[in-house]
Amino acid sequence: MKTQGWRKFLSSPGKIAVAIAGVFFIIAVVEYFTGASDITSSGASSATLRFAIPILLAGLGGLWSERAGVINIGLEGMMIVGTWMGAWFGFLYGPWTGVLFAAIGGALTGLLHAFLTVRIGIDQAVSGLAINLVAAGATRYFSGIYFVENGGDISVSPMVEQPGTFTVPGVSSVLASIEGQDTFFVSSVAGVLGGLVTNVSWMTLLGLMCVPLTWWILWRTKFGLRVRFSGENPVAAESLGVNVYRVRYIAISISGMLAALGGAYLSLVASAVYREGQTGGRGFIGLATVIFGNWRPGGVFSGSILFGFTDALRVRQSESVHAVLAVVAIVALLFAAYLFVMRKRRGAAISAIVGLIAGIVFLQVEVIPDEFVTFFPNLVTLLVLVFMARRLRPPAMAGAKYRKGEEISE
Amino acid sequence: MTRSRIFWGIAAPASAILFSLLLASGILMLQGANPIQTFQLLFSYGFQPRNVVAELNQASAYYLAGISAAIGFKMLLFNIGIDGQYRLGVFFAAVVGGAVTLPPVLHILLIVFVAATVGGAWAAISGWLKIKYGVSEVISSIMLNFIAAGLVTYMLNPLRLGEQAEGSQNISTPTIPESGWLPTIEVAGGKLYTFIFFSALVGVGYWILITKTVFGFNLRATGISFRAALSSGVNAPRMVFLTMVLSGATAGLVGVGTLLSDTHNYSLSFPSGYALTGLALALLGRNHPIGIAFAAFFWAFLERSAGILDLNGIPTEIVTMMQGTIVISIVVAYELIKRLNLRQQQVAVGSQQEEAPEESKETDK
Repeated sequence: MKTQGWRKFLSSPGKIAVAIAGVFFIIAVVEYFTGASDITSSGASSATLRFAIPILLAGLGGLWSERAGVINIGLEGMMIVGTWMGAWFGFLYGPWTGVLFAAIGGALTGLLHAFLTVRIGIDQAVSGLAINLVAAGATRYFSGIYFVENGGDISVSPMVEQPGTFTVPGVSSVLASIEGQDTFFVSSVAGVLGGLVTNVSWMTLLGLMCVPLTWWILWRTKFGLRVRFSGENPVAAESLGVNVYRVRYIAISISGMLAALGGAYLSLVASAVYREGQTGGRGFIGLATVIFGNWRPGGVFSGSILFGFTDALRVRQSESVHAVLAVVAIVALLFAAYLFVMRKRRGAAISAIVGLIAGIVFLQVEVIPDEFVTFFPNLVTLLVLVFMARRLRPPAMAGAKYRKGEEISE
Repeated sequence: MTRSRIFWGIAAPASAILFSLLLASGILMLQGANPIQTFQLLFSYGFQPRNVVAELNQASAYYLAGISAAIGFKMLLFNIGIDGQYRLGVFFAAVVGGAVTLPPVLHILLIVFVAATVGGAWAAISGWLKIKYGVSEVISSIMLNFIAAGLVTYMLNPLRLGEQAEGSQNISTPTIPESGWLPTIEVAGGKLYTFIFFSALVGVGYWILITKTVFGFNLRATGISFRAALSSGVNAPRMVFLTMVLSGATAGLVGVGTLLSDTHNYSLSFPSGYALTGLALALLGRNHPIGIAFAAFFWAFLERSAGILDLNGIPTEIVTMMQGTIVISIVVAYELIKRLNLRQQQVAVGSQQEEAPEESKETDK
C-alpha cells in the first residue's frame, strides 16, 4: 500500500508539476543566496540540451541493443564512426547528407556487431571493445588521407556547415524579457524554458523525438514486442515463431544508427568540426544512462539530461556546480522527510545520508574540482547499481549468448 | 590428440593474423600503396636491434596486462578494469616511491608492493560488487576506469601530490631517489629494462598457480562451472573475488617497469588502453604464459615498427586497425573451431550409437 501511494505520486502529472516547481523554487533560493546565476539561465538550459543529446542518442542506442539481448560496448566506436562520417559527408554535401551518412555508417557498424555476436556468437564485450579500437584507428587513418587533402589535419576535419536552427516565434522573446527582469523564481523558470525554445537545432528536435519514438516502437508495436521478447527469453521467443536472429540484427543496427547520430550531433551541431577524441567516452556514459534509466526510454532521457546538465555547468561556470550541491542537499533532505512520513525507513535513511553529504561538501569545499564532475556520471551509475540493485530490471538475457536450438549456458 | 590440439592452438592465431594482413593489404591498395613493400618495411624496421630492445621493454608491460586478463579469463571474468588498476597502481607507487628513501632493494620492493596492492584493491571493488550485488564486472570496471582516471588527474596537481618543474608545462610526481631505480642493460644500442625478468617471473608464477596449486584448480573449476564448484565445496563467490583481486594486482604492476627503469616519476604521458591490449593478448596467447609472451612481443613489434610508416606517407593507424581485426578474427576463429569440433564429436558419437544395440540408445539420452 505504501508503494502504491508512492507510485500514485509519481504517476499523477499534477503532482509532478508541483514537485518540479518546488525544485525550481529551491534552486531560485539557492541562486539568490550563493550568487550563482547560471543554473537556470537560458544559456545553461540550451547548453544542457546540447550536451545531453549525444548522450541521449547513445543511451537509446544501448537501450535498443540490450532490450534485444545484446550488450553493446561498441557504442563509443559507433559514435566515433558517426562523428567522422557526419563531418566528412557534411563537408562534401551539406550537413543533412552528413547526418544521413552517419546513420548509415552507424547502422553498418551495428550490423557488424550483430554479425559477430549473433551469427558467429563471439563474446559481446570482446566484439564491442574491438569495434571501439577499429573505429578509432580507422577514422584516424582515413583522416590522415581525406582531411589532410582538404585543409584539415590528421585529427581535425575542415570546417563543416551546421544544420539549421529554429526559434519558437513570440514565446522566445517574451521569455527572454521575463528572464531579463530578474524577478525571483519567475525569471528562473523563464530562463530554463527560454533556452529550450531559442535557437534550437533541428537535429536536437530529431534527437528528442527519438525518445517517444523508441518507446512507441518497443512498447506499442508487434515488432517492439519481439525485440523485448528476444531480450527476455530468446528460446521461448524462437519457439513461438520469432526469428530472434533477424530481430537482433535489426535492433542492433538501429542501436548503431542512434549512437552514430549522437556522434554526428557532436561534430555537426555541437562544434561544426570533427576533432579526434570528440566523443570523449560519451558512448560509455550512454551505456551508463541505460542502467541509470532502468532500461526504459524515459529513464535514459532523464539520465542524459542529468549528465548533460552537470557537463554543461562544468564547462560554463564551475561555481554553479557548487551551488547545485546545496540544491541536492535541500531536495534530498526534504525527500528523506517525506519518505520518513511514508514510513519508508531505508529510503529515508539513504536519502538523508545523501543530503547530509551534499550539504557538508557544500559548506566545506569552495569549488568542486573539474575532475570530479567529469566522472560524476560514472560514479552515479555505480551508486545506482549498488543502492537500487533491487529495483533495477534489466532484460533477463542481455549479455547471454544465444544459439538457435541450444540451451542458454549462462 | 595433443598434436591436433597444438595444431589448432597455433592455426587459429595464425589465420587471424593472416586475415588481418589481407585486410590491411586491401586498405593499403585502396590508397595506392604497395602492401608487400609496406610489410617489408615494417619487418626490416621492426627487427633493427635497437628497436627490438624497445619492443622487449614495451612487451614486458604488455605481458603483465595479458597475464592479468588471462587470470580473469580462467574464471570467465572479464577484467576491463586493467586500465584503471594500472593507472592507480603506478601512480601511487610513484608517489610512495618518491616520498621515501630506503636501501636499494627494499625501495624497489616497496614500490612493487604498493603498485600491486593498489591495483588489487581497486579491482576488489569490482569483485565485491559482483559477488555482493551481482553487478557485471564489465560495467563496473568501465565506470571505475573513468573514476580512476579522474582521481589521478585530480591528485596529479602541484597543489596536491604533483610537482611542476620550473619552466615546464609537465606535471609529474616527485622523482624517485636513485635507490628506487632498477638498472638497465646496455645492449645493441638500446637499454633493456631488467624489469623484463620480473615480468617473466610473474608469468612463471601464474603458470604454477593455475596448474600446480589447489587454488588454481578451484579457480579453473569455478570458471568452468560455478554451480558444480559450489556444490563440491568450493567457496565460489570467494574465488571470484580473489581472482579479481589477483588480476588487479597484476594489472597494477603493468606500468612499474617504465617507472623503475625509465621515467622515475609518474606523469600523464603514461599511456592508456592497456585493458584492451591485455584482453587481446590473453585471447591471442590462449591464456598460456608462453603464448601471451609471443603475443606481447608481436603487439609491441607492430606498434614500434609502425613508426616508419609515417615517413612513407602511410598513416600509422593501419597498425591499430590490424590489431582490432586480429582481436575480432581470433575470437571468430576460436568460435568456429569450437563448433567444428563439437560437430565432429556429435558425428562420432552418432555413428557409435548407430552400431550400438537398440536399448542402450534409449537409456543413453
